[in-house]
Amino acid sequence: MLHVDDLRVHYRTLRGDVRALDGVSFSVADREIMGLVGESGSGKTTLGKSLIRLDGRMRHVGGTVTLDGTELPIGDDGRMNAFRFNDVSIVPQYAMSAMNPTRRIGTMIRELVTSRGIRFDTVRSELDRRLDLVGLDREVLDRYPIELSGGMKQRMVMVISTLLNPKLLVADEVTSALDVSTQRAVALALAGFRDRDLVHAMIVITHDVSLVYQIADTILVMYAGKLAEKAPTDVIVERPLHPYTRALIAALPEVGVQYAGKRLTGIPGGPPSLRPPPPGCRFRDRCPVAFDRCAEQPPFVEVEPGHSVACWRAS
Amino acid sequence: MGRYFGRKLAIYALTFFVAVTINWLIPRFMPGDPVSRMVARAGMQTPEGVAAMREYYSSLFGFDVPVWQQYLNFWGGLLTGDLGVSLWAFPQPVSSIIVAAVPYTLGLLIPAILLSWWAGNKFGAYAARKKVLDNTVLPIWYVLTATPYMWLAILLAWALGKVAGLFPVGRTFSASLRPEWSWVFVTDLVSHWFLPFLSLFLVAFGGWAIGMRNMVIYELESDYAHYLGALGAPGKLVRRYAFRNAMLPQITGLALQLGVIVGGAVVTEIVFDYRGLGYLVLEAIKSSDFFLLQGIFLFIVIGVLVANFIIDVVYVLVDPRTRAGMGGGA
Amino acid sequence: MSDDPSATKDAFTASGTGREALFFARRNRKLVGGGVVVLVFLLVALTGPWFTTDDPLAYVGPPGAGPSGEFWFGTTTFGQDVLAQFVHGLRATFFVGTVAALIAGVLGMVVGFTAGYRGGLVDEVLTMITNVVLVLPVLAVLMIIAAYLEVRNIEVQALIIGLFSWPWVARAVRAQTLSLRAREFVDLARLSGAPVRRIVFREIAPNMASYLFMVFILLFGGSVLFAATLDFIGLGPTDGVSLGLMLNHAKQWSAMDLGMWWWFVPPGLGITSVVGALYIMNVGLDEVFNPKLRET
Ligand SMILES: Nc1ncnc2c1ncn2[C@@H]1O[C@H](COP(=O)(O)OP(=O)(O)O)[C@@H](O)[C@H]1O
Ligand code: SF4
Ligand SMILES: [Mg+2]
Repeated sequence: MLHVDDLRVHYRTLRGDVRALDGVSFSVADREIMGLVGESGSGKTTLGKSLIRLDGRMRHVGGTVTLDGTELPIGDDGRMNAFRFNDVSIVPQYAMSAMNPTRRIGTMIRELVTSRGIRFDTVRSELDRRLDLVGLDREVLDRYPIELSGGMKQRMVMVISTLLNPKLLVADEVTSALDVSTQRAVALALAGFRDRDLVHAMIVITHDVSLVYQIADTILVMYAGKLAEKAPTDVIVERPLHPYTRALIAALPEVGVQYAGKRLTGIPGGPPSLRPPPPGCRFRDRCPVAFDRCAEQPPFVEVEPGHSVACWRAS
Repeated sequence: MGRYFGRKLAIYALTFFVAVTINWLIPRFMPGDPVSRMVARAGMQTPEGVAAMREYYSSLFGFDVPVWQQYLNFWGGLLTGDLGVSLWAFPQPVSSIIVAAVPYTLGLLIPAILLSWWAGNKFGAYAARKKVLDNTVLPIWYVLTATPYMWLAILLAWALGKVAGLFPVGRTFSASLRPEWSWVFVTDLVSHWFLPFLSLFLVAFGGWAIGMRNMVIYELESDYAHYLGALGAPGKLVRRYAFRNAMLPQITGLALQLGVIVGGAVVTEIVFDYRGLGYLVLEAIKSSDFFLLQGIFLFIVIGVLVANFIIDVVYVLVDPRTRAGMGGGA
Repeated sequence: MSDDPSATKDAFTASGTGREALFFARRNRKLVGGGVVVLVFLLVALTGPWFTTDDPLAYVGPPGAGPSGEFWFGTTTFGQDVLAQFVHGLRATFFVGTVAALIAGVLGMVVGFTAGYRGGLVDEVLTMITNVVLVLPVLAVLMIIAAYLEVRNIEVQALIIGLFSWPWVARAVRAQTLSLRAREFVDLARLSGAPVRRIVFREIAPNMASYLFMVFILLFGGSVLFAATLDFIGLGPTDGVSLGLMLNHAKQWSAMDLGMWWWFVPPGLGITSVVGALYIMNVGLDEVFNPKLRET
């Protein structure tokens, strides 16, 4: 069970802080796959990274992250190490280049596992089973990353990231770099990890709603560093409340069918600058139904069980 | 793998061909008359002497046959090891003068190149980790790479040689000694060798250290490093990977820098009167000994090409990707 | 053209990134510090010759005198004013560096760009030529050419250095072109039927401008060092002075043995300062244009 409470993470730049996560609260239950969607730049990657490793320019400004009752020291790189890989793991956005190009994949895994104080023999047979699970030949361990196709690399990284059965897995844009036929296989492989209980909970980040629709139990919609709406997948698709969610759903030609474009059709303009963000509802400039109340920031409130939304029109 | 080396060898063969052709073209098509310059330098007093000499050099250049035949003759001479006769050390053949000098130059160049490369990589990788070092030592390295080889050589010769008197300056070994395997001779040789070596080493070192520092920083920001970090791998493992990967472009860099370092060795030898190829270059220029100069040019080209090929082989050995891609494992 | 919305958008973002670059440039200590050093030397090179003698080779003072109020940098064994030689030599250094870098830069850009943009056989041939010139030891080639030139001046020197220094530029520009060519905006421009020339100047060149500036600096530094080396081995200009020639004379007339440090320290220091400052500027520029390297 993951609880995120009022999480705030900023990027430090010479021209002021970018408030990429500005008070984010949600939970992910055990065995839940949560889809995290939103336009490019809305803060999805920032949220995913915040749960496992802040990069050099990210600063933990406030809020807590609790995993199975233990608070994660996300602002403390050293103490956080104990949780990485074991409890929280990530399939990064850049999975195509996530493996050291000059090491055989098997050697790299051995060195990684050993460096975490785990004997390689103890995971070796499990590793083989996982390769079978995602449909990779066992001999890929003797190859170098360049010898693998994009889909193979993606699945290999999934196997590595989940090797120690983490409680939480963050998968960031795992399918964006792949062609349509491979996308589906990779998405299903991801769901397979949950189904076999190799990963307790999963956050699947994507800008492509149609993809998470196939595998996610719930969907969380982000906009400009804040949460817009969270609900079970079918609710989000059939009865969205937030005007931004509606636009996202409307942009799907047919739900479940691959949607290729990244741009929101129907809503001109782009998200506001987060350095610092404008007051009031951040969607106001683009919202077709904005009214005077929207000059004030709408709270993220539960409107029915399991369905929360941040919009004055909806609550 | 065969195709890779085939391509490389084709480039080297073509380069050699181009170098030889340049060598043949320049004396023939440059403005001016090299033969008169050489004869003038020889300082003959009598007109008969001048005429005889002129005829002699013209035939050496091979000017008395058609152009295409001159070119073929040139190659013919080259392939039999005939580079002409030196004017500076008349009548010794150019090739034997060069062969006698080459060991001294290699004795200076090879340690300087290898050690500066090795040490530069070590220090550069270290500086990439220590921000403090970065701001103190990095500017020094930049200044070192910007230093003309001969200037650092002059400064060292003056400060450590003349003023402090720590090392002899001038010649490869004392004029009073003969080359032999004796303690006296070897220490004398080493003490003459040290300063030229040091100045070559220092300038080259700065460049390698900077290159390595930048490459390691780049590698530490690469995706695989971030992924390992996200999986909690200790910095030690990440740095080891970064260092190994940063090494590869440094090997390629070594091949690209060879020409410059050889140039550095030439001027350093001149500063120290060190009797290698550099010294021959200076003497050849002073006495307009074009045969000698051209012979040295060819030797340098051949040396650089051979070194390039060795580096290619080494690269294939250390970068598994080249083998994986070429070996047909898949 | 004025009603093309993408044109105005491009112009907007271009000036936006330009302003941003300026913002960081002014705050970058390496860039500003290096720039000041280079400018000071450039100013000395430009104005110095007015304040010293016109003929830096003239015998104007006592032979072999150390620095004094009258001759700030002392005199040579022949009583020539070292300061006068220095400022004239500095001028030659800037001249050779600039001209050779321009020649090599333009050659490298044209070859690399053509190879990358045209591809196919043109690419094959140009890449082959580039690789051949790349492995040729430049200094040795320059040595042969310069030796056979009976009259040498800094113009010719700059020309031959430029003619043999371009291959790495061509290689880098080719790689950049290949990656830029793959990007959408070039395709868009091509779809809209814009001629190649316009694609280059409107779309590709601005993307590479900062990069080319850094290339110019590296070429300048390299050319100055090549020129100094040639001068030093006795293949420098047969008329006039240069910093490398000063070192050559100092060595030839045993300035080291005579302890006349004022003769050989200034020329080397001048070259090292100018080239070193440029290299440090380059690091600064890299930080300005490459946000990843910026210190927070
Ligand atoms: N290194 C960085 N420095 C400054 N701002 C950043 C950095 N990385 C991301 N941002 C900003 O943070 C916001 C969220 O980015 P990100 O989490 O990558 O979005 P997403 O994954 O949804 O596309 C964006 O406004 C982006 O501009
Ligand atoms: S709060 Fe107002 S502006 Fe924001 S989404 Fe709702 S209606 Fe639109
Ligand atoms: Mg993202």
